[in-house]
Amino acid sequence: MDSNEEADLLLSGIQHFQFCKRQWALIHVEQQWEENVRTVEGQHIHKKADQPFIKEKRKNKLIVRALPVQSDELGATGICDVVEFIEDKDGVPIQNSKESYVPVPVEYKRGKPKKDNSDILQLTAQAMCLEEMLLCEVSVGYIFYNELKHRVEIPITHLNKVKVRQMFREMHSYFDDRHTPKVKTGPHCKSCSLQNVCLPELMKKQSVSKYIERKINE
Amino acid sequence: MKKLLNSLFVTSPDVYLSLNGENIVVKKEKERIGRVPLHNLEAVYTFGYSGASPSLMGACAEKDISLVFLTKNGRFLARVIGESKGNVVLRKTQYRISDDEQLSATIARNFIIGKIYNNKWILERATRDYSLRIDVSLFKETSKRLSETIQEVGSVRDLDLLRGYEGQAAIMYNKVFDQMILQQKEDFFFKGRNRRPPLDNVNAMLSFAYTLLANDVATALEGVGLDAYVGFLHRDRPGRASLALDVMEELRGVYADRFVISLINKKVVNNNDFVAKENGAVIMTDQSRKKFLKAWQDKKQEKIKHPYLGEKISWGLVPHVQSMLLARHLRGDLDEYPPFLWK
Repeated sequence: MDSNEEADLLLSGIQHFQFCKRQWALIHVEQQWEENVRTVEGQHIHKKADQPFIKEKRKNKLIVRALPVQSDELGATGICDVVEFIEDKDGVPIQNSKESYVPVPVEYKRGKPKKDNSDILQLTAQAMCLEEMLLCEVSVGYIFYNELKHRVEIPITHLNKVKVRQMFREMHSYFDDRHTPKVKTGPHCKSCSLQNVCLPELMKKQSVSKYIERKINE
Repeated sequence: MKKLLNSLFVTSPDVYLSLNGENIVVKKEKERIGRVPLHNLEAVYTFGYSGASPSLMGACAEKDISLVFLTKNGRFLARVIGESKGNVVLRKTQYRISDDEQLSATIARNFIIGKIYNNKWILERATRDYSLRIDVSLFKETSKRLSETIQEVGSVRDLDLLRGYEGQAAIMYNKVFDQMILQQKEDFFFKGRNRRPPLDNVNAMLSFAYTLLANDVATALEGVGLDAYVGFLHRDRPGRASLALDVMEELRGVYADRFVISLINKKVVNNNDFVAKENGAVIMTDQSRKKFLKAWQDKKQEKIKHPYLGEKISWGLVPHVQSMLLARHLRGDLDEYPPFLWK
């Protein structure tokens, strides 16, 4: 993947893609909901990243909020809610600091851990961006679930990285073809926020040509 | 499904609309005469030269409330449109098809099928409801010929040919239209369609109803991300919302014509509601326009079962649903565009 900003996809799209490929395409290819995604994300990030320019230093930790990240390999870009830089001799040097650090991404989620691993994959993708940008290794990250009120430690595994790479490849191929996959209805449709745009029920309807034929011969 | 909210009609030309918090405030000579929360509104129509503050325009654009400026007589002037709804892919598909006459014809065909089908059932319904008042055999004969036309249109793949069939069907329908006016015959009659200006009471009302409908359809199309100005049946012409006119074809009869006829038959309007100008142009009085708009709003709230979706929706949502279905066809989810086939 060459470094072409235009072609970058949003990291957060992983969640939509995992939930439903069509939902992802409606949002990211057709921009059916772009405004909402942007607004919601904006509010979401804003709350916790009130002052993204103030670095917080706690003992051996440097806490950075709303950190924009990017990966050429994935062709993806996004914003990490929080990245904690932990002092570590084996870490990497970062700007404006004499010490070496290991970055640890922390993602904030509203609910509780999901059944699927979309949150984990999103975090893994963030870790991959950090690794690429800082030339370091990120072995662990955290997801803070608002309903649990605590963070869950997530190891960044090779297996998940492979999965993330594969997903982005697939997303890019849909994106390049401007392709929106057909509806695959399922129980997830009930909790989908794009129901009104997608109209999953339509797929169960008769073909339009049959409908017209039936009506005019009635 | 999208919700049908209220429309605000501003018929006095000397008022000013402004934003106050989350409300639209209507002022007349600096005096506050009305206040409506924005979240209750779907559309604001102003007739005449009512002013509106830029901040209100911005708020409307942001909240997807259509703010439309019309002349006193209902001719379209302008609409406030926010950042164009994403969906470049959909629009490009629309343009590609519009550029191709043959592809355009396959979609246009369904608009025309819808139009003729609906007009046929308007006639059928009249023979059922008023068999003692109308020439049933003439209506049945016309209905039969419209059915034949629909069958023929089914295999047409050429825009000019389509327009030909549409014209034929319109002539048949217009010929019997006058018979459906059952009250106040001396003041309300239909001898044919005329506009710019309308020359009789019925045409004055039809023009007004078509304007309102065209606006509703254009707003609905833009709302689902389509370009209301690029049509399939109606070709591009500067300033013409061609696609809105396309989608409107199937709704003219069932939505607008029947509405106008019912206003006459129920004596909601009478001859005093119209003024004939020196050149024969007939215009509606301010009072009658208000009555008209009130009834139009009520009509929008009436429920029907959508023939394709099978879902109960209000009449006011029909333009939105048809726009959505058209978008779904252009995106390749539906094999054809399903016209609104009323019965």
